[in-house]
Amino acid sequence: MEKEIICLGCPNGCRLCVTERGRGDIEVLGQQCDRGIDYGREEFLEPKRIVTAVVRTDSDTVPFVPVKTDKPLVMDLIPKLIEELYRRETRLPVRAGDVLLEDFADTGVRVCFTRTIARA
Amino acid sequence: MEERAYDAAVIGAGAAGMAAALRIAAAGCRVALIDREDHLGGILLQCIHNGFGLHRFNEELTGPEFAERFSGQLVDSDRIDVLLNTTVLEMQSEGPTKSLLVCGPDCGVLKLTARAVVLAMGCRERNRGNLGIPGTRPAGIFTAGLAQRLVNIEGYIPGKRVVIVGSGDIGLIMARRMRWVGAEVLAVVEILPHPSGITRNIVQCLNDFNIPLYLSHIVSRIVGRDRVEAVEITPLEAGRPDPDKTFRLDCDTILLSVGLIPENELSKAAGVQLDADTGGPRVDARLMTSIDGVFACGNVLHVHDLVDWASAEATRCGDYVVAYLRDGVSARPQGRVLPGANVKYVVPHRYLPDAENQFSLRALIVKDIGTITVKRDGKLVKRRTLRHIRPAEMIHVKVRPADVPVVEGADPEPLEIAIE
Repeated sequence: MEKEIICLGCPNGCRLCVTERGRGDIEVLGQQCDRGIDYGREEFLEPKRIVTAVVRTDSDTVPFVPVKTDKPLVMDLIPKLIEELYRRETRLPVRAGDVLLEDFADTGVRVCFTRTIARA
Repeated sequence: MEERAYDAAVIGAGAAGMAAALRIAAAGCRVALIDREDHLGGILLQCIHNGFGLHRFNEELTGPEFAERFSGQLVDSDRIDVLLNTTVLEMQSEGPTKSLLVCGPDCGVLKLTARAVVLAMGCRERNRGNLGIPGTRPAGIFTAGLAQRLVNIEGYIPGKRVVIVGSGDIGLIMARRMRWVGAEVLAVVEILPHPSGITRNIVQCLNDFNIPLYLSHIVSRIVGRDRVEAVEITPLEAGRPDPDKTFRLDCDTILLSVGLIPENELSKAAGVQLDADTGGPRVDARLMTSIDGVFACGNVLHVHDLVDWASAEATRCGDYVVAYLRDGVSARPQGRVLPGANVKYVVPHRYLPDAENQFSLRALIVKDIGTITVKRDGKLVKRRTLRHIRPAEMIHVKVRPADVPVVEGADPEPLEIAIE
């Protein structure tokens, strides 16, 4: 399998051509530096993203509070996480850094608040 | 009318205003920090995505987290009065004293006086009126930043089938955001032959979701009576619309991400001289506007692509304000700074010989590798190779004291900064 991937290791945005020669044997071409090799490999095998969203609160004045994952989450699981977050309601006050969700779907990824909101 | 006196008043408590206020207060001055919203942080609070702070804090923060790095210190400072829900109606300069007429539900109508004022009002979005898109005027047309506020702060989802006009970063971020809240995003339409947003956002906000990006295309018509029903999209051939190739996308929502304009109504009314290329005040080497004691920083001065740069500029501005409060207007002569070939603008518009000068500039061209040159009186004083030149990405150049020595007995020659 062959895939074209734009490297985001730096602003240059090299166009990488990533090919799987055999099981675990990944070839990366087109990078201007070594960062491209790691980036291309990871992005080919298991792309991950930081997810940010908002969660409902029990307050009328500040009805939503922003959250983020503390590390990148496997992309396939993102829709499931977002669904989970939209089902939740959190009670104020919250502090930035407080944990909303521990170990999402056994990935070790936790979801934390990113804004401090006092009880309104 | 109640009057309160300060050393400095900072208008706008976003990324720039907060950084400037903290710096001025750290030098022992009394500061009023004024914002019309009910929170500190300005637009940062609705920018819930991450990617902020890499330069300033060496880590990736979300907008609200970046804001809290400053707002916590601000609230603790006993030298800063924070006036929220407060609008500045008018600024007047009476010799060395500036006065601000402000009003709000908490403070009523107040007159604030200060020896220095920092303009940090940020910018606003260009809208449909600025573009002149033909068609009807139905509901469902939003600027991308307004939609961002609705989704991230108020919790409303503005529509279900979305077309985004313009490929600026806010539009790209909103493409992903709309997908994550369950809407369809049918297309991003960009008039230029290259994307306006950074590569990372093209990849993570469009490519991740297979959202098509139509470069060199325009929205030629908006269709719909009460609510948006469709848009017509026309490709450009050699810069001209080719109506035969027009196609239609059925949608209920249009988000506009077509550029930002520094917010200078207040500055204009006060007589601050503006620059046609930046849309912000013309400033000297110390970020002081055409009115002595009135300074500007952040997006009100020129639109930044990264909050880190807006914030760093504001911190420098804070230092200049402190120097002004201590010494008044410096007598040291300054030279003009001119944009040369392939440069849209350079800020600040003046430089100080025999000092460290930090310039921000925007390219007019797309180039993977080029050279930036700084010339004084036709003579090269600095050159640097530059990779990845894009109009969307601000360029920074530092000119050191040794590069621009004082020439005795003469006014400083203009500096010209160009990209070759």
